[in-house]
Amino acid sequence: MSAEQQLRDALLQRILLLDGAMGTMIQQYKLSEADYRGERFKDWHSDVKGNNDLLVLTQPQIIEAIHCAYLEAGADIIETNSFNATTISMADYDMQELAYEINVAAAQVARRAADKFSTPRKPRFVAGVLGPTNRTASISPDVNDPGYRNVSFDQLNQAYQQATEGLIEGGADIILIETIFDTLNAKAAVFAVQEVFERLGKTLPVMISGTITDASGRTLSGQTDEAFYYSLRHANPVSFGLNCALGPDLLRQYVADVSEVAECAVSAHPNAGLPNEFGEYDLDAQEMAGHIREWAESGLLNIVGGCCGTTPAHIRAMADVIYGIAPRKIPTPARKMRLAGLEPFVH
Amino acid sequence: MSQASQNFINVGERTNVTGSAVFKKLILNEDYEAALDVARQQVENGAQIIDINMDEAMLDSEAAMVRFLNLIASEPDISRVPIMIDSSKWSVIEAGLKCIQGKAIVNSISLKEGEEPFLRQAKLLKRYGAAAVVMAFDEKGQADTVERRFAICKRSYDLLLEQVGFAPEDIIFDPNIFAVATGIEEHNAYALDFIEATRLIKQHLPYASVSGGLSNVSFSFRGNNPVREAMHSVFLYHAIQAGMDMAIVNAGQLAVYDDIPVELRDAVEDVILNRRDDATDRLLEIAPKYQGDGKEIAKESQEWRSWPVNKRLEHALVKGITDFIEEDTEAARQAAERPLHVIEGPLMDGMNVVGDLFGEGKMFLPQVVKSARVMKRAVAYLEPYIEKEKAAGSSNGKILLATVKGDVHDIGKNIVGVVLQCNNFEIIDLGVMVPCEKILQTAREQNVDMIGLSGLITPSLDEMVHVAKEMQRQGFDLPLLIGGATTSKAHTAVKIEQHYAHPTVYVPNASRAVGVCQKLLNPVNRAAYHTELKAEYETVRLQHVRKKPRTAPVTLQQARENSFKPDFTDYTPVTPKRLGVQQVEVDIATLRDYIDWTPFFLTWSLAGKYPRILQDEVVGEEAQKLFADANAMLDSLLQSGDIVAKGVVGLFAANRHGDDIEIYADESRKQVLCVSHHLRQQTEKSNAANYCLSDFVAAKETGIADYIGAFAVTGGIGEDELAAKYTAAHDDYHAIMVKAVADRLAEAFAEYLHERVRKDIWGYAADEALNNEDLIREKYQGIRPAPGYAACPEHTEKQAIWDLLDVEQRIGMKLTESYAMWPGASVSGWYFAHPQSRYFAVAQIQQDQLQDYATRKGWDVTTAKKWLAPNLNL
Repeated sequence: MSAEQQLRDALLQRILLLDGAMGTMIQQYKLSEADYRGERFKDWHSDVKGNNDLLVLTQPQIIEAIHCAYLEAGADIIETNSFNATTISMADYDMQELAYEINVAAAQVARRAADKFSTPRKPRFVAGVLGPTNRTASISPDVNDPGYRNVSFDQLNQAYQQATEGLIEGGADIILIETIFDTLNAKAAVFAVQEVFERLGKTLPVMISGTITDASGRTLSGQTDEAFYYSLRHANPVSFGLNCALGPDLLRQYVADVSEVAECAVSAHPNAGLPNEFGEYDLDAQEMAGHIREWAESGLLNIVGGCCGTTPAHIRAMADVIYGIAPRKIPTPARKMRLAGLEPFVH
Repeated sequence: MSQASQNFINVGERTNVTGSAVFKKLILNEDYEAALDVARQQVENGAQIIDINMDEAMLDSEAAMVRFLNLIASEPDISRVPIMIDSSKWSVIEAGLKCIQGKAIVNSISLKEGEEPFLRQAKLLKRYGAAAVVMAFDEKGQADTVERRFAICKRSYDLLLEQVGFAPEDIIFDPNIFAVATGIEEHNAYALDFIEATRLIKQHLPYASVSGGLSNVSFSFRGNNPVREAMHSVFLYHAIQAGMDMAIVNAGQLAVYDDIPVELRDAVEDVILNRRDDATDRLLEIAPKYQGDGKEIAKESQEWRSWPVNKRLEHALVKGITDFIEEDTEAARQAAERPLHVIEGPLMDGMNVVGDLFGEGKMFLPQVVKSARVMKRAVAYLEPYIEKEKAAGSSNGKILLATVKGDVHDIGKNIVGVVLQCNNFEIIDLGVMVPCEKILQTAREQNVDMIGLSGLITPSLDEMVHVAKEMQRQGFDLPLLIGGATTSKAHTAVKIEQHYAHPTVYVPNASRAVGVCQKLLNPVNRAAYHTELKAEYETVRLQHVRKKPRTAPVTLQQARENSFKPDFTDYTPVTPKRLGVQQVEVDIATLRDYIDWTPFFLTWSLAGKYPRILQDEVVGEEAQKLFADANAMLDSLLQSGDIVAKGVVGLFAANRHGDDIEIYADESRKQVLCVSHHLRQQTEKSNAANYCLSDFVAAKETGIADYIGAFAVTGGIGEDELAAKYTAAHDDYHAIMVKAVADRLAEAFAEYLHERVRKDIWGYAADEALNNEDLIREKYQGIRPAPGYAACPEHTEKQAIWDLLDVEQRIGMKLTESYAMWPGASVSGWYFAHPQSRYFAVAQIQQDQLQDYATRKGWDVTTAKKWLAPNLNL
């Protein structure tokens, strides 16, 4: 049975568990500049500390250990450590040339970990992550020139195609476009992924997850959650959902909105609360799992996990509370023309 | 409008260079601002989608499309609706699709060039995520009969579904609207054929929609707008019945079917439905009769001046326009039986509209404050007339507001006052530093309905507790409102509410105040609300008690053993270029470049990061106005010199002694000028130190010559006087603005002075080159913690700064009994230069440190408890 078929079967039977934060886990290793550089980049001309994606090349054993910790906690789907691995984001470290290689390695290391844990009864999946990049295609970085853009659809398309090819080469089962704060970036990613599928003659299931930036209930680029869904529905994703920025308490209403309209599985991976004044996340595993239990019982979820500040303990606690609760039933809404500006328009 | 039924979609047509000469001219002249206005008007007039077309030979159509779409993306009141990209060139369509985050419609694709390009384009549209208008056009040409129209649509539909996998609901057919009444006989059936084709499409091609360009149908009557509009209206009336879903129309200009004169309507109907052979001639015959000045020039800006006076007053209040308020108030006074009726009638009605809009989130705080300014002007104008009658006005209730003793901060309290006034509450504002007894005495004398207390610094919390206890002791039963930056629901629940038997409510912001006051003063619901409040605060208290400390405490001894040991091997403290105290003068022109604007917007309850907030979809427009007003205020302050910024800075030899810092008179380090006392973090740290600010200074016993700096700056000498002037002129908006701007200047001064200290006065980072954004993000070496904030939360330590720098003598800044700084727009603090120095929060301390600190300060434990209350477990 293909991985896609296994995934789709599993989704019918239970709520699947995603992993939790990667960044917070890496922090605990207190890596130095030298650790980040490893042997290969010891003479690199700029600082690379903080380039977490680079670690799949220089400290793959650490990334693998983190993947394993999440798998051990019960995660069905682990996310590759490739959030910033596009030519666009890697330019911060002048490492654009390495983007493809990092994606391949990120998928390989996750693959190795997943294969160690995978059993026929509980198959584990690798979701190849395409992050939002550090630029926005529909917002001007210059207030005095609202028509200006510092990245174009074509540039994003190109960068995402390369990343996608790397993830597939490294063995990803799924492509996960996540932490979307500008829908146009995500549309470029969807476009890129479909181009690659066509070129390779191979299709993977696509997961999409956006970010509601604050209590306004909008994405950074200004869309409501429903408009956001209509703008990306053409990707025909296996799941659609929300992650990051908010803790479960504030995110719930938006997950409920998405759950109402999405004609596919619904995913959510919230933060462990909002950051405190030190930028740390306070919500502990039990408390967070309490929210997730209620979401699951309310029938909002098909896939759940954690974003910033969550740990294997959070994922384990989630595994406990969702056990035995039926996944959300996928609705079949009436066929209507569904358009979107910043707001949805249905006819 | 009969056509704007729920099932019919208006697509705005004005942003089309082929259809609108005005728009074309704007685009050719690159007047994109005005072009955006055209789009905005379309949406305001009810367009649910806007059609954008840049097909013009004189134009780089792709570039114009991209530019206009990118600009629209920054205009939330336009981009809230979906966009229809309209072009006959595929390259323009594709360029447009790459700029749109939403789900758009492309207008159009067709089989005109054959199947291959049609399928290729459709596949790409699916990949971009767009719906498509499909023209009834094939290799042979445009369809002009019912049969060909339907046949081409059917063929297109089947190809799209079967070969591309296109979603049928994303297909919109345009079966060609052509001109009728042209005098050519074959054209007579065009409208009717369209309607019939629509019926077939809706029957046989499920989920697909039908659209069309409406203005074509009336092309022969160019110049006669009333007849054209009647034709559009009649055409739509019948086409919608046949199932037409949308049309590209001028959303502001559609006649109502039932309003069309019967004679004209019948003649038009004959033409559209092709009911008689002579229909065209008959319409031509009567058409001139209806030819009026079809143009309605939009003079919205002045139009309201012609409205009845009550509407004018309402408009002025909602829009915050003071230009005509006295004139209009006078007109209303003459019409009213008594002057008071003007206030109770039209003015209050207008303010109710404002209150409702604010409550619904349709107006924002700065607008409401401007409305209040209009109201106050009107009331001030009427006062001399009312004086003569001396009748009591009716208000929702009388509320006393005060900033408590020892505190000088009043921006938030003033805003609450204005918002409550807008909702017809009478406000007695006792100002700042108001002693408890004065509050209670005034409350009794004036027979108020409620008391509101405000404060910004932590010692004010204790003063509020004191007022609550006094109210209980003196037998008050008035509701008590608690607000201000350091107040919180938890503090109100745990420390205040239980001391007072009557309603005590924490009010987090101005917009909440109205609802709370209305509930409290409503005799019917008040008891129920009180019960609800009591239960709510009981829950908060329980939660507070149950809240386990996140991390375990450690003893002071353990915390000291885990102190932060900065590196003094690689770093030798830099001897300041200029030791000693000096006064610093700087003009506002310099300071404004150092302003961090984000908190300024927060003051006005507009949340968002500057400069992004200026483009914010919801508050962007108000933020821009507010920003312009603040800059105008800065300009005028520059001219007038009404506000002066003053500062003083001193650098001293210093060494750590235990958790304290000894500050010496000179390099001999023999004579101690003063001791700066500090607190140490006392919770368990697994991977970090237990910080204390003194850690960043070399200990005495190391023999290393280290230094410390201190500063006090204000941007507010003159702020109270200037604000009072505005208040006297019934202009709360500018009164609040003065203080909000002065606050920013003080913060900017602190930023500016810190930079000078780093680069020059101390000079430990002489080569630093950072822009304002970097400064705001604190990318520099060293810190400037302020007493009263997280790293050194104990307020009385400001006294050390005042003594060291002789602040009051030199620049006139004072400390109140609660150690608030006057003027309110002030900042003071310490400078630490060590590269590893950083901000942290002391957070909770334990009894052993309380004892220790009391000993070091020469206090008894009760005094220490009072000043350290925020850091002790409540």
